[in-house]
Amino acid sequence: MKNKYSIFSLIKNALSGHENWQRAWRDPEPKKEYDTIIVGGGGHGLATAYYLAKKHNMTNIAVVEKGWIGGGNTGRNTTIIRSNYLWDASAALYDHALKIWEGLSQELNYNVMFSQRGVMNLAHNLQDVRDLKRRTHANRLNGIDAVWLNNEEVKKFCPIINTSSNIRYPVLGGTLQKRAGTARHDAVAWGYARGADAMGVDIIQNCEVKGIKRNGDKVEGIETTKGFIKSKKIGVVAAGHSSVLANMAGIRLPLESKPLQALVSEPVKPIIDTVVMSNAVHAYVSQSDKGELVIGAGTDDYVSYTQKGSHNIAEGTLKAILELYPIFSRMKMLRQWGGIVDICPDASPILSKTQIKGLYFNCGWGTGGFKATPGSGDLFAHTIANDEPHKLNAAFNLNRFVSGDLVDEHGAAAVAH
Amino acid sequence: MFIINCPYCGKRDQVEFSCGGEAHIERPKQPTELSDDQWAEYLFMRKNIKGVQFERWNHTHGCRKWFNMVRDTSNDKIHATYKMGEKPPIK
Repeated sequence: MKNKYSIFSLIKNALSGHENWQRAWRDPEPKKEYDTIIVGGGGHGLATAYYLAKKHNMTNIAVVEKGWIGGGNTGRNTTIIRSNYLWDASAALYDHALKIWEGLSQELNYNVMFSQRGVMNLAHNLQDVRDLKRRTHANRLNGIDAVWLNNEEVKKFCPIINTSSNIRYPVLGGTLQKRAGTARHDAVAWGYARGADAMGVDIIQNCEVKGIKRNGDKVEGIETTKGFIKSKKIGVVAAGHSSVLANMAGIRLPLESKPLQALVSEPVKPIIDTVVMSNAVHAYVSQSDKGELVIGAGTDDYVSYTQKGSHNIAEGTLKAILELYPIFSRMKMLRQWGGIVDICPDASPILSKTQIKGLYFNCGWGTGGFKATPGSGDLFAHTIANDEPHKLNAAFNLNRFVSGDLVDEHGAAAVAH
Repeated sequence: MFIINCPYCGKRDQVEFSCGGEAHIERPKQPTELSDDQWAEYLFMRKNIKGVQFERWNHTHGCRKWFNMVRDTSNDKIHATYKMGEKPPIK
């Protein structure tokens, strides 16, 4: 049993020089067989294992991760959480996640630093204004908080934005979701890992999957760098590498993997207390608790598995940031990185069974998977445990590419993909 | 970010080009006879290879011609570029 984190455990450990903290999760060797194996130890994979154990009483589970947990896109995103999606299916999916976020730190006994500081999306032309107003109405019909702000209200909400009419793409207004915000991305992976481990889930790091063994139309297990592990149920949550794993199982996915880029600046005093996203000029900015500006840039438009991102993409975003926030003109960027995002043709995720019995895929989150972490884990656990999707992820099946029943969030989701 | 050897113009910066995705996907010869599964395969399913991949590129801000490229997506190294209709120089 894990020690509970509390003010008392903090005092106790402070008195002993912080040398006696229990380790947060074990480092087990893989068993020969598990009831379920989750491939990919990012936020979504760990959350899946956590909810399988917690809600479906399946504890003979392994999470296998080729690197270290949370070392992929979980640690590479800009931590934005919101649910203001246009279509009903997406709104329900992302708001399910947002509701879990609201109680997650308490549930996990781990501070994920969820901060509902609001997310504002700016409109820069008349079509933006029409689209964003339409989305605001759609959100409210779905019970999601959303308001339209005019130019002066935008300025009042975030005074450092240049709202004058003489810039190249003037701010004509924006939408605000107040329940939206940010969280500490590493803490999400660590909190879920600690919670899952406490219920008996084996988290196996530095264990790369080399093959998925099939017997006809059923899965039998995985070949890994730590040997063969048997399992009748395998849930693949491998983000940018989903196609690589699908190829091992002999199935095809409608994904393209591209580098998505982000940057952080040197830390400064608090200057922006919300998240501002601008679709049209592609500039997203928020400020971390350390004081760094966290800036999201775009994806390269070609398939690549290099976690870099092109210089011209970052340059384009920084130009837009400078025009919108002249106060940042002397900021220095400290770090820049890329994460490999798996993008679906309709910019919506896949949480689905496959034509192979016992093989499930959770992928296609593209540029916006972090916000969905708790909901994705919950719904994917339901799908694996019952061999049937939950009603909230039923629309996000793989078969939609055959039936044509796409959830087209390209351009509709308040973000340019 | 890399330098691309356009088969028509020679070496140019990658920002001049745009990627048109996976190459050598043949348009169905009898579209009216295709099943939904076959349409999904043609329209949506992609190899998305980590490693050597064949792609279509367009020299958007140059000659505006389409051509093919063999590129390793794990390190962005370009092995070859060749004109549309030519056989890939590498298997």
